[in-house]
Amino acid sequence: MLFMQIVSIFSWKIPLGEGIEKIIDFIIENFSGPIELFTGLIDFLIENFEIFIMDGFPISHLIVNIILITIFIYSRKKDKKVALYTGAGMLVAVFIASFFYGFELIYSMGHPFLVISAFALIAWTAKSYRLAIFVVLGLALMWNIELWEEVIETLALIITAVLVALVIGIPVGIIKAHNKYVHYIVRPILDFMQTIPPFVYLIPALMLFGLGNVSGTIATVIFAIAPPIRLTYLGITQVDDEIIEAGKAFGSSWWQMLFKIELPAALPSIMMGINQCIMLALSMVVIASMIGAGGLGEPVRLALSRIDIGLGFEAGLGVVIIAIMLDRIFGRNE
Amino acid sequence: MAEKVIEVNNLFKIFGKNPEEAFPLIEKGLSKEEILEKTGNTVGVNDVSFTVNKGEIFVVMGLSGSGKSTLIRCINRLMEPNRGEILIEDTDVSKLSKEELMNFRKEKFGMVFQHFGLLPYRTVQKNVEYGLEVKKVKPSTRKKRAREAIKKVGLEGWEDQKPQNLSGGMKQRVGLARALAVDPDIFLMDEPFSALDPLIKKEMQDQLLELYEEVKKTTIFITHDLNEALKVGDKIAIMKAGKIVQMGSQEEILTNAANDYVRDFVKDVDRSRVLKARDIMIKPKTLLKPDQGEGPRTAIHKMRENEISSIIVVDKDKKVMGILKIEEALKILQNKDDENLKKYIKEIPRVDPGDTMDDMFAQIAELDIPLPVVDKNDELMGIIIKSNVLSNLAPEKVI
Repeated sequence: MLFMQIVSIFSWKIPLGEGIEKIIDFIIENFSGPIELFTGLIDFLIENFEIFIMDGFPISHLIVNIILITIFIYSRKKDKKVALYTGAGMLVAVFIASFFYGFELIYSMGHPFLVISAFALIAWTAKSYRLAIFVVLGLALMWNIELWEEVIETLALIITAVLVALVIGIPVGIIKAHNKYVHYIVRPILDFMQTIPPFVYLIPALMLFGLGNVSGTIATVIFAIAPPIRLTYLGITQVDDEIIEAGKAFGSSWWQMLFKIELPAALPSIMMGINQCIMLALSMVVIASMIGAGGLGEPVRLALSRIDIGLGFEAGLGVVIIAIMLDRIFGRNE
Repeated sequence: MAEKVIEVNNLFKIFGKNPEEAFPLIEKGLSKEEILEKTGNTVGVNDVSFTVNKGEIFVVMGLSGSGKSTLIRCINRLMEPNRGEILIEDTDVSKLSKEELMNFRKEKFGMVFQHFGLLPYRTVQKNVEYGLEVKKVKPSTRKKRAREAIKKVGLEGWEDQKPQNLSGGMKQRVGLARALAVDPDIFLMDEPFSALDPLIKKEMQDQLLELYEEVKKTTIFITHDLNEALKVGDKIAIMKAGKIVQMGSQEEILTNAANDYVRDFVKDVDRSRVLKARDIMIKPKTLLKPDQGEGPRTAIHKMRENEISSIIVVDKDKKVMGILKIEEALKILQNKDDENLKKYIKEIPRVDPGDTMDDMFAQIAELDIPLPVVDKNDELMGIIIKSNVLSNLAPEKVI
C-alpha cells in the first residue's frame, strides 16, 4: 500500500503547462479591454510608420519629413550648416525627381526614389559617403527585385518594436539601476525572456493579440527588450563615483543627477543597447512571420515551404541589407 | 576677526550593517581592528571635533584609511554621519532634510576632488558652468561667471576642449574653476593635488595660495602630504584610525609632536623649507641703545655679562642700526673716540619674518654674528643665531 503511494507521488506530474494555460485563459477572459486597446495602439503605430515611409502623402507631410530629417541630422552632427544644406538638398532632390516621374510625385512621399535618397542622406551625414553608397545600392536592389513593399513593412515593424522596447526598456533600466529590489525582480525575468525559445511565446501572443503584425511586434519586443534594459542599467551603475559625488556636492536634484550626470555618462552604453535592440528585432523578422507578421519574413517562410531557393535568398539578402544599414547608422562612431 | 564658520562636534561615522553595535565598544576604548572583528563594522570617523574660522585653511592630514576623506564627505553629507553635530554658520547640516540639504549644498559648498570628477562629455566651459546650471542661473550670467573662473585659474583658450584633451594639472584647474564659479562660502578639497606629479603639484599649490590672496575662502583641505599641509594650512589636524591625534598650527605640529604617529610624519619633512624666520628666531639677550645714553663701556659690560662677542644696536624706535663687535668697542676705548660711536657700528643683513630657512641659508652659513629679524618698519622682532638654526634642522629636538 505504502509502496504504491510512494510510486504514485513520484509519478505525479506538476501541472506547469496547464497552469500557464489557465493564466493565459484568465487574462484573455478578464482583460480583453486593455488588450484590445494595446493591440489597437501597436497596430496604429505600425500602420502609420508604414504609411509614413511608403503610402501616398500630402505635401505637408513631405515637408514635415524633411524637417524631421534635418533635425535628426542636426542632433547627430551639431552643425546647423550641414543640416540646413541637407534639408535644402532634399527639397532640390524632390524637384529633380519630379521631372523624371511627373509632378504628382510631390504629393506622394512614397516613391522609392525619395525613400532611398532620404536614407542615403541620413547615412551620409550621420556616418560617411561610403555608407550612403551602400544604402543606395542595397535599397535600389530591393526595389529592382520587387521586394520593396516587404522592405518597408519590415522597417515599419522594426521601428515600432524598437520604439516600444526602448520606451519600456530605458526607464526600466534606469529604475533597475537605482533600486536593488527592482533589480532582483527584473533580472530573472530578463534571463527568462532572453533564453526561452521565441517559438514558445508565439502561441500566447497569438492567443492574446490575434494573427498579424501586432503579435509579431509583441513577440519581437519580448525578444529584443533585454539589451536596452541591461545596457542602460550597466551604463548607469558604471558611472564614475567621483562624478556622482561631484553632481551631488553641487546640489543637484534627483532629476538633475539623472539627466545631467547619469544619462549623458551612460549614453555610449545606452546607444549600444539601442543598436543591439535593433539587431535582435531584425533577427525576429522571420520567426514573427509564423504568426502572420508581414515584411521580409513572409517570403522567407513561403520560400521554405515551397523550397524556393531564389526567393529565400532574395528576401534573406533584404534582411541583411537592412541590418547593415541600421547597424551602421545607429552604431558607434569608430 | 575670528568668526567661526564650521564647527564639528563629536562626529562619528561607522560603516556596516549595525553601526549602533559599535558605539558601546568605542566607549570601552577598543581599537578599530577589534571593533571590526567583533561587530563587522568599520569605524570611519571616531569622535572628531574641530572649528574652522572664517578665511582659514584647515588641513586634515593622514595616511589612506585614516578617515580623512570620510570626514570631509560627512561635512556636506555625501556620507551620512551616525552621530554628532556639523554646524555651518549655526545651521546643523546633519539635521537638514533632503530638500534643504540640496539647497544648502548649492549655496555653501564648492568641492574639489582627487581625480577631478569632471564630466567627460562636457567641454571645459560647460563643466565649469555645472554648479551654476544646477542653481538655475541665467545662461548669460552663467557663461560670464564661468569665463571669469576659467580666467582666474589660467585656462583661457581651453573653454571648448573636452577634459580628455587636458593634462592632469589642467584638469584640476577646471575642477578648481568649477568650485570657484559658484562662489561658495566654503571650499571642500579632497586631496586636490595628490594625483598630480610633484612639479605640477607645487605649481598648483602656489596658484591656490595666490588665488587665496584675493579672496580667502574658508577651506577644509585633505592631504596625505605633510609638506603640502604645512605649505597651505593655517591649522592642521592629523588623523589616525578615524581620530584626530593632534591639531594645531604648523609650528605646534612640527615642534611638539604629540605622539609617535605624528613624529613619524614630521620626521620626513624638509624642515628648512617649512620653518620660517619667525618660528626659529629667539629674543636677543641684550641690546645696545645709544639713544638712552649707552656707550662703548655699557656695550662691553653687556657683552661680558651675556658671554657674547657682538651686540645689536637699536634706536629709540627699536629700529636696527647695526651691530657692534667687542673688538670695535675696545678700539673706541683705546682711541677715546666716544662721540663717534656710530662710525664703529657695522651694517648687517636682515631677514623678513616670513623667510624660510631655505631662503636664509646663504646668510646663515657665514654667520658668526646674530641675524636680526625685522618687520616692515625695520623694527627688531628677534634674532637668529647659528646654534638655534642647527637645532631646528635636526628631526627631533636636540636638547
